[in-house]
Amino acid sequence: MAHEQHNYLNHQKGIWSWLTTLDHKRIGIMYFVAIMSFFFLGGVFALLVRAELFTPGKTLFSADVYNRMMTYHGAIMVFMVIVPGIPAIFGNFVLPIMIGAKDVAFPRLNLMSWYMLMIGAAITGSTLFLENVDTGWTFYTPYSSIKTGLGVIPMVLGVFIIGFSSILTGLNFIVTTHKLRAPGMTMNRIPLMVWALYSTAILQVLATPVLAITLLLLIAEKTLGVGIFDPQLGGDPVLFQHFFWFYSHPAVYIMILPAMGVISELVATYSRKVIFGYTAIAYSSLAIAGVSFLVWGHHMFVSGQSEFAGVLFSFITMLVGVPTAIKLFNWIATMYKGSIRLDAPMLFAIGFMFLFTIGGLTGVYLASTGMDVHFHDTYFVVAHFHYVMVGGTLMALMGALIYWFPKVTGKIYSDLAGRISWVFIFTGFNVTFFPQFILGNMGMPRRYYDYLPTFTELNQMSTFGSWLIGTGFLVGLYGVFYALLKGKEAGNNPFGGKTLEWTTTSPPPHENFEKTPVLTGGPYEYR
Amino acid sequence: MSTANHTGGFHHAHHFDSAEHQYESSKQGIWLFLVTEILMFGGLFVGYSIYHSLYPQVFHAGSKQLSVVLGALNTVVLLFSSFTMALGINYVQRGLKNKAIIALAVTIACAAIFMVVKFFEYTHKFHVGTVPGKYAYTEELSASGEKVTKVGALLAEASKLSVAEREHKLHLDETEYEHLTLLEKTKNWPLFFGFYFVMSGIHGLHVLAGAFLIFWVLLKVIKNQVGPEYYTPVEGVGLFWHVVDLIWIYLFPLLYLVG
Repeated sequence: MAHEQHNYLNHQKGIWSWLTTLDHKRIGIMYFVAIMSFFFLGGVFALLVRAELFTPGKTLFSADVYNRMMTYHGAIMVFMVIVPGIPAIFGNFVLPIMIGAKDVAFPRLNLMSWYMLMIGAAITGSTLFLENVDTGWTFYTPYSSIKTGLGVIPMVLGVFIIGFSSILTGLNFIVTTHKLRAPGMTMNRIPLMVWALYSTAILQVLATPVLAITLLLLIAEKTLGVGIFDPQLGGDPVLFQHFFWFYSHPAVYIMILPAMGVISELVATYSRKVIFGYTAIAYSSLAIAGVSFLVWGHHMFVSGQSEFAGVLFSFITMLVGVPTAIKLFNWIATMYKGSIRLDAPMLFAIGFMFLFTIGGLTGVYLASTGMDVHFHDTYFVVAHFHYVMVGGTLMALMGALIYWFPKVTGKIYSDLAGRISWVFIFTGFNVTFFPQFILGNMGMPRRYYDYLPTFTELNQMSTFGSWLIGTGFLVGLYGVFYALLKGKEAGNNPFGGKTLEWTTTSPPPHENFEKTPVLTGGPYEYR
Repeated sequence: MSTANHTGGFHHAHHFDSAEHQYESSKQGIWLFLVTEILMFGGLFVGYSIYHSLYPQVFHAGSKQLSVVLGALNTVVLLFSSFTMALGINYVQRGLKNKAIIALAVTIACAAIFMVVKFFEYTHKFHVGTVPGKYAYTEELSASGEKVTKVGALLAEASKLSVAEREHKLHLDETEYEHLTLLEKTKNWPLFFGFYFVMSGIHGLHVLAGAFLIFWVLLKVIKNQVGPEYYTPVEGVGLFWHVVDLIWIYLFPLLYLVG
């Protein structure tokens, strides 16, 4: 190196400059560190839960400890890892660069969102040392409101604050996308990752307030005993489920839409082709966001809702398959006759398509009311949503990590480490969760501490798979440290990407571009 | 801050092209935030309408117990405060500093009046025992084995006294005595006060938050940090205040007038 390059990493120095930074790129890195720590914690809980289920009856812990571990695994993974994951880390880092902006619209609010996630996580985490919290991540009433201990209050309060963080991030992204696009960057020229983040942001802003009021009502129920969810006082515990899923079903798409955005980028770059059906992929994100609000009732087919509601929710739920399939077929059409390079990120993208398809198709089983009565609250459901969320979001997260790593740090992530990590995660994932489909079909209920001896072999297979996944993520983590310490210099565009972030230096300067870019064409002009 | 560009007395952040651009973006952000506020209250309104359709008699008997006079007074106070808030924004835009200070101070005073009235309403409800859910019940059981409410206990005591003594000893006038009797005859009536306290309580917290925000922009006006060329915070806080007012305009008939 002839001279020290001036970039956002050396723009200011010291820990304090990081904790008070208003730079979206630094905030993205802070999210990365925080969320990966949560991910590690949630992963440890997952391994412990699986270890406990290695044999029927007591293996390592009491039923009480098991219930708590299962609750923390779910709550941490959903509220602190998968929901904020891709938007907060990669959305923060690449969204402004991809549209040619210098920063997000509200940098202070952005920093505040990070602190809110930290405060919420601290409050939620503090319940580990308080009274038992064993409700599962859904906090279903009446168990949470009447039966179990007061630890639910700080737990729920923490999630409430995390929800605020999510709302503010979404709000920031919407205004950024509307107002800060570079000259020539029309809405039909923004990269598909931005379309995905934009649709996600709409969901975050419109769905999360309903979670907020649901959690507030639960707190009111617990402290004031208002009786809205208590049948003894005239209330209805099922109302909680309606409210909860009115948020939490759209939240499933808050988790998956950004992942789909990542896959669109990866498929275009590693196939060296113009993305097939740009408009269809872009608008299908909005379609998924829209439909997601009308499907919450499929969580409640056996709650005693009317048959008419069941049929209606069943139909609308299957409708989600349409825009999802549009995306999938467009990715495949993009790959068709492309110059595909099976680098690690592309392997993760293909893994995503494979696993997400299985998750999506089993979703159709669960959307059919008749079959859902059979599968409801069995391991089939557990397998289904892990295929969708883990197989979807975490695959995309790993792909995004390796793909944008050079842009973020200036160093190349070892492709070999990425591939080894992929082999472990991909095989481990199928070994863990495929047996659970069979277990569910055989009738093993979810959430339970104990099971019939008949289910032992499949459970042991599943537990063995969880170790493979754990190994895979550890290899991925090793890859991060290896690349930071010994990685090769990346150059500005190591993978031949065509979107705007590859036109600036790696790492980018403080204001993203030396000169504001002017767009004259679409985002994926390969050939 | 290093992130600000100084041009002609007013600064806009480095990632915006102009002050106008920044103003437009901020305004969009505030509107989006207000959407989330309305959606949050929307959850409460949905819950309200479900239970209102299930137990119309509970809401009828419950609303009788609320003081329409005090509710109406608060409605007028909030409407007036919206007017003074709008005046305040207008004065800031026109650079009339002293008038702006007065208008904003009056708005804060209205918020205070609102909260004081709420305080009297709440304490009276604690006094007669019209409180939410499980706190409305005493430990005792009646002869028929049902839980006795605090209102029931109060009425039992009052029925032993003459009308004048009720007024004097228990601060119960005859109309209220009748309303409470009607309430006590209605099954599950504490549910109404669950909604009353949760909805008006969360709204009350918003009034307090709004008052603090108005105080914050008032300080900005005094320190000359806002004026005709830059008034985004004043306008944003004003929009928030109007939404707080608007929500009350829905809460007042739903809670006080449904009977």
